[in-house]
Amino acid sequence: MSLLDYSALELGRLIAADEVSVREATRTALDAIAAANSDNNAFITVLEEDALREAEQVQAKLRAGELSGPLAGVPAAIKDNICTLGVKTTCASKILGDFKPPYQATVMERLQRAGSVNLGKLNMDEFAMGSTTETSFYGPTKNPWNLGHVPGGSSGGAAAAVANRECWYALGSDTGGSIRQPASYCGVTGMKPTYGTVSRYGLIAYASSLDQIGPLARSAEDCAAVLDLIMGKDPRDGTSLEAPCGHLLENLSADLTGKKIGIPVDCFGDGLDPEVRAAVLSVADVLKERGAEIEEFRLPIMEYVVPTYYIIAAAEASSNLSRFDGVKYGWRAENYEDLTDLYNKTRTEGFGNEVKRRILLGTFVLSTGYYDAYYNKALQVKAVIKNAFDDAFSKYDLILMPVAPTTAPKLGESLSNPLQMYLSDIYTVSVNLAGLPGLSMPCGLDKNGLPIGAQLIGPALGEQKVLDAAYAYQQDTNYHQKTPVGGAKE
Amino acid sequence: MNWEVVIGLETHVELATKTKIFCSCTTAFGGDPNTHVCPVCTGMPGSLPVMNKKVLEYAAKASLALNCDVTQYCKFDRKNYFYPDLPKAYQVSQLYLPIGRNGKVPIQVGSEEKVIRIHELHMEEDAGKLVHDNWIDQTRADYNRCGVPLIEIVTEPDFRSGDEVIAYLEKLRSTLEYLGVSDCKMQEGSLRCDVNLSVRPQGSTELGTRTEMKNLNSFKAISRAIAYEARRQEELIEMDHKRVIQETRRWDDNKDATISMRSKENAQDYRYFPEPDIPPMELTDSYLDSLRASMPEMAPAKRERYQREWGLSEKDAALLTDTRAMAAYFEDTVAAGAAPKQASDWIQGEVLRELKEKSLDIKQVVFAPEALAHLIDLVRQGKLNRNTAVKVFRAVFDDNGDIDAYVKAHGLEQVNDTGLVEQVVSDVLAANPQSVADYKAGKKKASGFLMGQCMKALKGKGDPKVVSQTLNKKLAEL
Repeated sequence: MSLLDYSALELGRLIAADEVSVREATRTALDAIAAANSDNNAFITVLEEDALREAEQVQAKLRAGELSGPLAGVPAAIKDNICTLGVKTTCASKILGDFKPPYQATVMERLQRAGSVNLGKLNMDEFAMGSTTETSFYGPTKNPWNLGHVPGGSSGGAAAAVANRECWYALGSDTGGSIRQPASYCGVTGMKPTYGTVSRYGLIAYASSLDQIGPLARSAEDCAAVLDLIMGKDPRDGTSLEAPCGHLLENLSADLTGKKIGIPVDCFGDGLDPEVRAAVLSVADVLKERGAEIEEFRLPIMEYVVPTYYIIAAAEASSNLSRFDGVKYGWRAENYEDLTDLYNKTRTEGFGNEVKRRILLGTFVLSTGYYDAYYNKALQVKAVIKNAFDDAFSKYDLILMPVAPTTAPKLGESLSNPLQMYLSDIYTVSVNLAGLPGLSMPCGLDKNGLPIGAQLIGPALGEQKVLDAAYAYQQDTNYHQKTPVGGAKE
Repeated sequence: MNWEVVIGLETHVELATKTKIFCSCTTAFGGDPNTHVCPVCTGMPGSLPVMNKKVLEYAAKASLALNCDVTQYCKFDRKNYFYPDLPKAYQVSQLYLPIGRNGKVPIQVGSEEKVIRIHELHMEEDAGKLVHDNWIDQTRADYNRCGVPLIEIVTEPDFRSGDEVIAYLEKLRSTLEYLGVSDCKMQEGSLRCDVNLSVRPQGSTELGTRTEMKNLNSFKAISRAIAYEARRQEELIEMDHKRVIQETRRWDDNKDATISMRSKENAQDYRYFPEPDIPPMELTDSYLDSLRASMPEMAPAKRERYQREWGLSEKDAALLTDTRAMAAYFEDTVAAGAAPKQASDWIQGEVLRELKEKSLDIKQVVFAPEALAHLIDLVRQGKLNRNTAVKVFRAVFDDNGDIDAYVKAHGLEQVNDTGLVEQVVSDVLAANPQSVADYKAGKKKASGFLMGQCMKALKGKGDPKVVSQTLNKKLAEL
């Protein structure tokens, strides 16, 4: 049995007991990455030397008794839009190809303090824009369950690396489903916490009002442990919240007695693959066994969520990505006539098609004459969506719904029809628009052997409820422990 | 035809906070390029702004002092445009919910009083500075000024002359300086003013097409630019029968003219939208009440009080209240026991002379108001005469030296010993028989010479009044 078959918490216990060294764990992961990366391309940057050096430092601290905590010494991998001090942070874009941040993201500081080791930077859709990890300038990541399929996106590298047993957990980011959807496609557990609970300082922004960092791991329990490390108020992020944090793991409970779980019938209609529908509904049966009450209800917002999301996200993106102009860092066009030409050529050469499409869309919806018709209207609908969820959570503790309408599509199928790709985000984007916590967990395999995910959504700051339900589900099922077959190499 | 000039102002004022609006970098003027910067104010990817609470306080105080309605639920917006001095390619500003609206600023020109209406007052961040190096033909960016907090104060088109504009700016400068929210130094760019100007036939109620003038770096430049631009527009319409084009014009101090920069047709679409990185700010009633309670007494109130309570002239009161620091120096001197009139004379005479000679600001003066009061008191008590006191003042001004010690060390105490004075006068009269004879012969000028001889013999320390009385008495007795 490889060390990589242990969960993050199991490895943490072995390291704490000094039965496994941090170096051994790190070496094992680096070897697994080296063996797999040419096939699945999950990593953009592998930190071979840095990780081993860091491992020694963490080990020394552990021996000196300076580190405790359930994940001390457990290595992690990081999505490449999270700034790592002195380590290339590309956002999977040509325009940031050589960008080495002179500062550390808050989540990286927190992981370091907890004795984590950074294995490397994970592939993603360029600037987190995409649902397949095919828009990466550094080539697509492939789904470890079947290398002919996409891993989902934008945190596709993170989901693939965790699923393929190349690391124990990873940090991703979720703006419209970018943690939950790839977690679903790759059969891992991923969670987007409540907006404002994890600092965004050092997360290169796609859509500031929707972006949130979260974990991808093997189980809800591992996710709880990672969230305990990274959640908390940060004075460097004005949108971060003052909220209780750090006790999700110790309070984890599989008893769902008296918990009411709502199933929005609007999310189980047309467009949902029957296999996915059946698998997600079967989750309800397991939760019922654990004491939960299940009830169907109407969530009459689903036709608005995708357009609302794409207007708000694109508008913010068009502004956030304007700073990449070739003047200060990153890619600069080689030959240019004047300032305007420098901007035009740098951005034409530096950004990929999907990023350009969203910048254009965002620029359009903010333009004079269109602002009220699109952007302002979208803000109003966003408030309606939030109210719909508030209503639901006045009746239910949790909502259960699918993560995506289908399992992972084949490579090369999605980008030719971007509108179709956008529509597949229907079950995930509303959670970001309402700022809620959402978790994706494996709940079955389709007839092609590809993982199916179920989504649990909680009220704002309801992380514990969400994790408890997922934890309860994972006590009685073993989908989260299944490993890829077919695409995976021994 | 008689023309009326219509002017509105947009004034940018740098707030005097120690740190920038969204990070903890210093706002200090100058510094080597890119030394007052961090990932936040240079807009590095992943960095986030965090609101400096002092900026909100200063902007709210300014809004209250300019009689604005304060927006109690206040937000920032992004103004998007590409320029190398703007590292994020957007400026964080306020469009939809500016902190202050509908303000009123009373001004006085000559004997005429008038109220200038404030359209809005909003907070924003400053941009950096581009420096073109002709030697290497490259432009370099200095981001030290990026993120320095500004308020922009936009008036309604209420001005009808350059004098009104200057009176308003003086009032604005005084108000903000008194509040302590800005030092309003035009030469360091902490008060910058854009002038919107149009002309129309006298009596017309419609507004003409306006131009906006930039690069106005002094009150003098503003006055001249207004005069120039009004004449240019009038001549354009009257002599050339052309229309004024709505455009931005740059004032050139050397050419003494405004020059076209860009027309309205090329105006950018700034695509404003609410800044998602900074949560809305709420200014509660109690917070605003506490700000109102902390408002200092402003210049007009002080001027009125100086005249009423202390009997100063309007001119003296105006001079002493020019800046809050000057008024404080004066009031501290009075509080330390000096008669207001004496304190006023000394400050406007000796203190201002020192400031001028040494190019100092009253804030930089180390000579304590208590020391000045003591000096004034020594003169009042007759222990020093006025001229000697000025000498002492000059000797101790730079380092706030000990006045008593200086007077003692240099033997400057005024001689009030009448016996000694009589002796000296007698000696002088005895030594100068010719002058005495001249005096007796009716040459009254001779007494001046004798007086000088007496003061000389007393080493300047004699009380002139006592010496002169004694001399006159002795001459009469002869």
